[in-house]
Amino acid sequence: MPQMIIANRLRDGVVVFLAPSEGWEPAIGAGTLIENEAEATRLMAVAKRHEGECQIIDPQLIEVEVNDGKLRPTAIREAIRAFGPTVRTDLTET
Amino acid sequence: MYRYDEFDSRFVNERVAQFRRQVKRRLGGELTEDQFRPLRLMNGLYLQLHAYMLRVNVPYGTLSSKQMRKFAYIARTYDKNFGHFTTRQNIQYNWIKLEETPDILQHLADVEVTGIQSSGNCVRNITADQYAGRAKDELADPRVYCELLRQYSFLHPEFSYLPRKFKIAVTGSPNDRAAVAVHDIGLRMHKNEQGEIGFEVLVGGGLGRTPYIGQTIRKWLAPEHLLSYVESILRIYNMQGRRDNIHKARIKIIVNQMGIDKYRELVDQDWEFTKNGVLKVPDDEVARIDSYFAPPQYEKLADQTDALAKIRSGDRAFDRWVRGNVIEHKVPGYAIVNVSLKAPGKVPGDITADKMDAVADLADRYSLGEIRVTHRQNLVLVDVKQSELYELWHKLAELELATPNLGLLSDIICCPGLDYCALANARSIPIAQDISRAFTDLDELQKIGQFTINISGCMNACGHHHVGHIGILGVDKRGEEFFQLTLGGSSDQHASLGDRLGPGLPQAEVPAAIRKIVDAYLVIRQQNERFLDTYRRVGIEPFKAAVYGEESRAA
Repeated sequence: MPQMIIANRLRDGVVVFLAPSEGWEPAIGAGTLIENEAEATRLMAVAKRHEGECQIIDPQLIEVEVNDGKLRPTAIREAIRAFGPTVRTDLTET
Repeated sequence: MYRYDEFDSRFVNERVAQFRRQVKRRLGGELTEDQFRPLRLMNGLYLQLHAYMLRVNVPYGTLSSKQMRKFAYIARTYDKNFGHFTTRQNIQYNWIKLEETPDILQHLADVEVTGIQSSGNCVRNITADQYAGRAKDELADPRVYCELLRQYSFLHPEFSYLPRKFKIAVTGSPNDRAAVAVHDIGLRMHKNEQGEIGFEVLVGGGLGRTPYIGQTIRKWLAPEHLLSYVESILRIYNMQGRRDNIHKARIKIIVNQMGIDKYRELVDQDWEFTKNGVLKVPDDEVARIDSYFAPPQYEKLADQTDALAKIRSGDRAFDRWVRGNVIEHKVPGYAIVNVSLKAPGKVPGDITADKMDAVADLADRYSLGEIRVTHRQNLVLVDVKQSELYELWHKLAELELATPNLGLLSDIICCPGLDYCALANARSIPIAQDISRAFTDLDELQKIGQFTINISGCMNACGHHHVGHIGILGVDKRGEEFFQLTLGGSSDQHASLGDRLGPGLPQAEVPAAIRKIVDAYLVIRQQNERFLDTYRRVGIEPFKAAVYGEESRAA
């Protein structure tokens, strides 16, 4: 199962994904899709460094699925983090 | 209303400045998250699923229109245009930016509200009957003692690091609307044999993973001893409470493990040393605080029974609203108006910034500028002239705030659940929305009668599911959301914990299950019997059979 790294941005708490540029993006589609464990380990080390540098909080690897080219976390909790409350879809920004 | 004195005001402003420096140090890398987390939590700032969440206390559920307008301003300026009133009479904002939090706290301090002690292992917001000072059935206004306890427990050095959080609720009425039996300490004002007003003190109640109904530790306590006695309860808890296991750290665990008699003995031993000391509350201090809660200058009015009856007979919708949402006021000619935040399909407790402003305007125009927040997640206008009820009803109806469902099946308590909360296992709000949409027929709701549904998205029970006539608990079963139903709970003066009905149900089946329970109740109830009373009379089996089929009887 492919993975991504999710976190909250420190200054405003916004949910962000580690992107190929090694920056952090609010849109899941802009995040890096991680296909193997070696890459997961390497990128988590990057994320932990960014946590130490006060860019983000609590980075975690999450499983995602790809359907019709669209990314979606497999766990409901992480899907809600990625796309916003299911009861307020009017607030969804991504 | 209580107003900050110079000490309160100076302290809260200093605290904002202190937090501003702490945020700067965190953003600048001088503090790690582990170092910073307790500091932000002490100011009510959590990190939830989508962003930081700020919880702001509404002490004993009393708000001025000015404070409500400030809540609207915060929602509009710093969040996504709405706030959520909680089961602890607080308001929560869901998309707060850390870097803006000091400014928000300063805005709140300007109108004398804070997030201090809305989190952490300390004495939390002290809650009260939402009709305090106005209810006809009340012995005395409990807010005087809430405020006394608030001042006493605010940053108390001995009790700022308790084993776990600590919740106190007070009712001045024999009809408990403050759920005092499910608090760490519950205080019920009542008269002793000499006719003096004091407190029955309950201890060790609580919900969450291990629910308990509070037990009476003292049948009658003189008000002058309130602080010293509460302090002794807190001190024994502080010494004996389990710090090794977060799930066993609340006072309810220790009270129930050692037994109420032993706990009482320890408290009494401690209290012997303090009861006549500095914590003995002087009458003039009670009088000083009491003066802040003095009733407003009411006009001398007569009850408008005939005039109202005439309007009600010509307007069925108004009649229904008066019957459901308007409560008797202790002053002739006035009424208490409940403002429902539970229109069909709405999120219980949520209110937009524009509606907050509108409610503040209505409070100024019709209710002497005061608003109350209820633990059932509604609002109240407490001082409305009966002669203006019809006009007010029209204005509330335009705002979708006049759903006449107070205490009826669609007046659902619901925690934020997995849509917002980092602790939740399942979404609770969609269940509340589905149920309220399935029961929109007002005639049917009235026919069903008094009925509480309380929903929690995890076993922490912020939605008070254990004490709903029907409780609904969201659980995670291998990545899928399921919902367990309990029946027979109540948080009033005859509090009880619900019994589990059976296996959990998927979300789509919950409204139908509620319908089956209601249908079964309507068949077997005796005249005018509430669901809760029917349940207590017949037990769980008929409802189990209704939901799971007759085979469940044999199982």
